[in-house]
Amino acid sequence: MSSYSYAAPTSVDEAVEVLATNAASGQRTQCLAGGTDVLVQMSSVDREPRLLVDVKHIEETNAIDIGNNEIYIGAAIPSAILNENEELKALLPGLIESADLIGSTQIQGRASIGGNLCNSSPAGDTIPALIAVGAQCVIAGPDGTREVATEDFITGVGTNCMSDSEFLLGLKIPRPGARTSDAYLRFIPRTEMDIAVAGAGVALTLDENGVCTAARVSIGAVAPTALLVQEAADALIGTNVDDVALQAAADACSAAASPISDKRGTVVYRRKVVGVLCKRAGAIARDRASA
Amino acid sequence: MAEAVDLKAIGTRPIRPDGIEKVTGRANFGADLNLPGMLHGKILRSPHAHARIKSIDVSRALALDGVISAVSGKDFPEKSGNDLGVNIIARDKVLYDGHAVAAVAATSAFVAEQALALIDVEYEVLEPVLSIDQALSDNAPLVNENNHTNGDTSKPASNVAAYQIMSRGDVEKGFAEADVIIEGEYRVPTAHQGYIEPHACTAAMNEDGRGTIWCSTQGQFDVRSNTAAVLDKAVSSIRVIPSEIGGGFGGKTTIYLEPVALHMSELTGRPVKMVMSREEVFRATGPTSATLCRAKVGAKKDGTITAATAWLAYEAGAFPGAPIGPGCMSVLAPYDLDNFKIEGNDVLVNKPKVCAYRAPGAPQSMHAMECAIDELARELDMDPIDLRMKNCSDEGTVAPYGPTFPPIGLKACLEATKAHPNYQKAKPENGGRGIAVGFWFNIGMQSSAEVRIAENGGVTIMEGSPDIGGSRASMCLMASETLGIPYEQINAHVGDTEGTGYCNTTGGSRTTFATGMAVIQACEDIIAQCKQRAALTWDLDVDQVDWEDGQAVPKPGVNADVSPLSLADIARSAGRTGGPLLGRASLNAQGAGASFSVNWTDVKVDKETGRIDVKAFTAIQDAGKAIHPAYVEGQMQGGAVQGLGWALNEEYIYNDDGIMENAGFLDYRIPVASDMPMIDTQIVEVPNPSHPYGVRGVGETPIVAPLAATSNAVRDALGFRIYDLPLSPPRVLEAIDEQENA
Ligand SMILES: Cc1cc2nc3c(=O)[nH]c(=O)nc-3n(C[C@H](O)[C@H](O)[C@H](O)COP(=O)(O)OP(=O)(O)OC[C@H]3O[C@@H](n4cnc5c(N)ncnc54)[C@H](O)[C@@H]3O)c2cc1C
Repeated sequence: MSSYSYAAPTSVDEAVEVLATNAASGQRTQCLAGGTDVLVQMSSVDREPRLLVDVKHIEETNAIDIGNNEIYIGAAIPSAILNENEELKALLPGLIESADLIGSTQIQGRASIGGNLCNSSPAGDTIPALIAVGAQCVIAGPDGTREVATEDFITGVGTNCMSDSEFLLGLKIPRPGARTSDAYLRFIPRTEMDIAVAGAGVALTLDENGVCTAARVSIGAVAPTALLVQEAADALIGTNVDDVALQAAADACSAAASPISDKRGTVVYRRKVVGVLCKRAGAIARDRASA
Repeated sequence: MAEAVDLKAIGTRPIRPDGIEKVTGRANFGADLNLPGMLHGKILRSPHAHARIKSIDVSRALALDGVISAVSGKDFPEKSGNDLGVNIIARDKVLYDGHAVAAVAATSAFVAEQALALIDVEYEVLEPVLSIDQALSDNAPLVNENNHTNGDTSKPASNVAAYQIMSRGDVEKGFAEADVIIEGEYRVPTAHQGYIEPHACTAAMNEDGRGTIWCSTQGQFDVRSNTAAVLDKAVSSIRVIPSEIGGGFGGKTTIYLEPVALHMSELTGRPVKMVMSREEVFRATGPTSATLCRAKVGAKKDGTITAATAWLAYEAGAFPGAPIGPGCMSVLAPYDLDNFKIEGNDVLVNKPKVCAYRAPGAPQSMHAMECAIDELARELDMDPIDLRMKNCSDEGTVAPYGPTFPPIGLKACLEATKAHPNYQKAKPENGGRGIAVGFWFNIGMQSSAEVRIAENGGVTIMEGSPDIGGSRASMCLMASETLGIPYEQINAHVGDTEGTGYCNTTGGSRTTFATGMAVIQACEDIIAQCKQRAALTWDLDVDQVDWEDGQAVPKPGVNADVSPLSLADIARSAGRTGGPLLGRASLNAQGAGASFSVNWTDVKVDKETGRIDVKAFTAIQDAGKAIHPAYVEGQMQGGAVQGLGWALNEEYIYNDDGIMENAGFLDYRIPVASDMPMIDTQIVEVPNPSHPYGVRGVGETPIVAPLAATSNAVRDALGFRIYDLPLSPPRVLEAIDEQENA
């Protein structure tokens, strides 16, 4: 095949069939959501012909469902739509903020959380936020759907656990209960249009006395994949999430990080800053949870 | 000098003649021209910083369907094996990552790109020279085995292409008299102009040996002569048609693609279009020099500076030509000194050949000296403005580079700073404020202009200075003022090399001054002709006729019962009075007036991440006379943002092999709009006596002071100085940590 081709299935079954048929024939296939990664890659580093399977004409990839126990976000919903959803913003402020950090207004008209996750960059901004809120990835394939925790979904730099005949339908997130909230912060040298040098997402629950009863902490851009840092969560649980606890969580994040030195930052810098971000995001999540 | 009170058009802010075309997307830029049968050219670039080319084989590329031509250095005339020609296409050695090695022309850009991968080049990799320190060290590899400093072959070959010195008085004695001496070593990284529009051209060679080039450039006449030189052709056989330009800032004062495209057009008989990618722009076009500058300044307790020295080393890239001349001229220009010594070194390294970037050379050297002056003020416990006021150059000061300053606006800028509400405001809590002076000497050079009058009196200006900063609007305003005709009746056009008289390249802030002067003189030519035509019509002597408010009138006291003749009246009957009205002027403008500035900025530093937040920035600059104040302010704001970007994050990052790692806007971080505060501006007007309306160039000076102003503000916020730029978060955090652990 020496040219590009394009398919826009309108149902899960149709999509799975297109993917499976093409995979079987040995041709290169790639899913397309907003295209803000795919199209950029196609016009620069990777021009190889392929079949693009547009996944945003399927009901399940476009649905938002805020249930009593669970929130479902379709994989192809652009950030702009999420950012306008006040209910989601109130329930998952950190996750929605992470989607709101992607690119610019123009990019957000297209960029999706599903695309951000499936692109599987170590620096993807929504990934630590998704891990922090405990999101499950709903994957559709020839054998039906399966669910995988976000921290297990990504397997390496630019790789994930999906086969060629699978695609991401959406994300299931436990609905945050009382005194539960989240926050995500990233560090970039500029104020926007940049790539995270480090990122940290924190979700936590406080009891009536302000004592942390549950926490999840995830860090990004400081290892081949975003990490769930249990030691950082443990440092917060059972405390009032005061400065001492936050510093302990920060130190745990710095210790868990295994960054590289590159044009965007040194090992020392990233280690230090990821801790600072954890501390600051933890304080924001705490204030939100106690508000 | 026209009386300031008389001015009607100059100093107003009408919309620009090219505005509608640009905001509606209809303006044509370098890549917008397409011709029937056109081929697409692409360049294969060196993956090595320094290597000998052992062989190049294009046969596999030529065999690819759709490839029509493939060339390498040996296909170009031997005569063009000079720096310009070798930079455009390598001969026996590649001298930097991205150096052009071969080129193909194919029926589509995609095929051309595929063909590049089929060109076989065998390299013998050599050790690259990647920094000034390395270049100057003993036993450093040589970028060019035949380079001897200042051409002196009695000395061994070296990586220093040129050395220059300027001095006055006795610096030893001066430092001996000083109560306080400040010394420091400062590094500024390579910075790219960052114009939005990549280099692009289309070239077509005819069977009769005449070629046409459409391209984005700051100087169509230089494209013509340089292309002719590289291809060993007659200058007059090439016509160059400049497009609208999407930014240049000095970077489009030279050529890269044009000779390659024209050569492949000649070989194929078809037009060839070439457009650089952003990556190519970064890797292979000329940024400005990375520098190492040592500044030393001594003063008495009362603030009188007794001596200053500057030692400057500028990376030239792989060919001589770093802007050490202007770097040396500028470094101490703000100060009236009895004793100084300024040395400049033009240093070869295996990086792209540098090109002009706004006030070439001045930001780097003045960064060092303005930081030193700031330290001096701290050491003396003196207000930094007072210290500068005490020592500043003024009318009558002999500039370090020779001439005696006519009236200049430095004092006026310093006074305006002290009086400015932003300066009187407190600096941000836990933040810092930094001040610095900027300078550029400005240039004149050659310009031509024609003023053509239509039958209805409409005015068309034809000149040859590509408009990179709103100069057409300024030309129209000066013509409007001179002729007494409304701005709206005047159009200005930038002609191609066949359509207008010779103009030097737009650069050095010469256009409004020099081409403006030509336009004014061409308008005066029109006025003289109109007076003649009126005299003829009225049967008067020409010296009995005046030109007032756009019409010919009899001089006061002349007894003639006639009504005034407007430009339109005279134009309508021009056929009966001697033919169409056509005014002309050509000149080599003398007396460019230096432009000084004072900038200050307020910053906050996030001490946990090293991030600098620029809270406020104010630029005050002497424009001589602001023809179009909004465009002067625009120059001041744009230069400030470019200077801030350079101070904060911009830098070329090379790996140990000399391969550029951040050849794109994601990792070569120019500021985005949300990074910047409002850049407040105040124009000071101390007229340049050598220009009819007092114009000084304004485009260069704005980028000079922001570097040191930012450094000084960060110094103020942190309580200690970071000597090197950029003040990127990792560098700042490292410095904070070092300071805490010290
Ligand atoms: C100017 C600019 C700025 C940016 N800024 C940021 C930023 O600040 N932070 C950040 O994290 N990213 C940033 N990005 C990257 C990009 O916008 C995000 O990763 C975005 O979320 C991708 O979403 P998309 O819908 O456009 O994905 P696409 O480009 O359509 O797809 C991305 C990848 O995911 C795969 N994919 C998409 N959907 C599915 C699916 N449902 N099932 C299986 N595979 C799928 C595609 O095959 C592809 O490999 C930026 C990009 C640009 C161009």
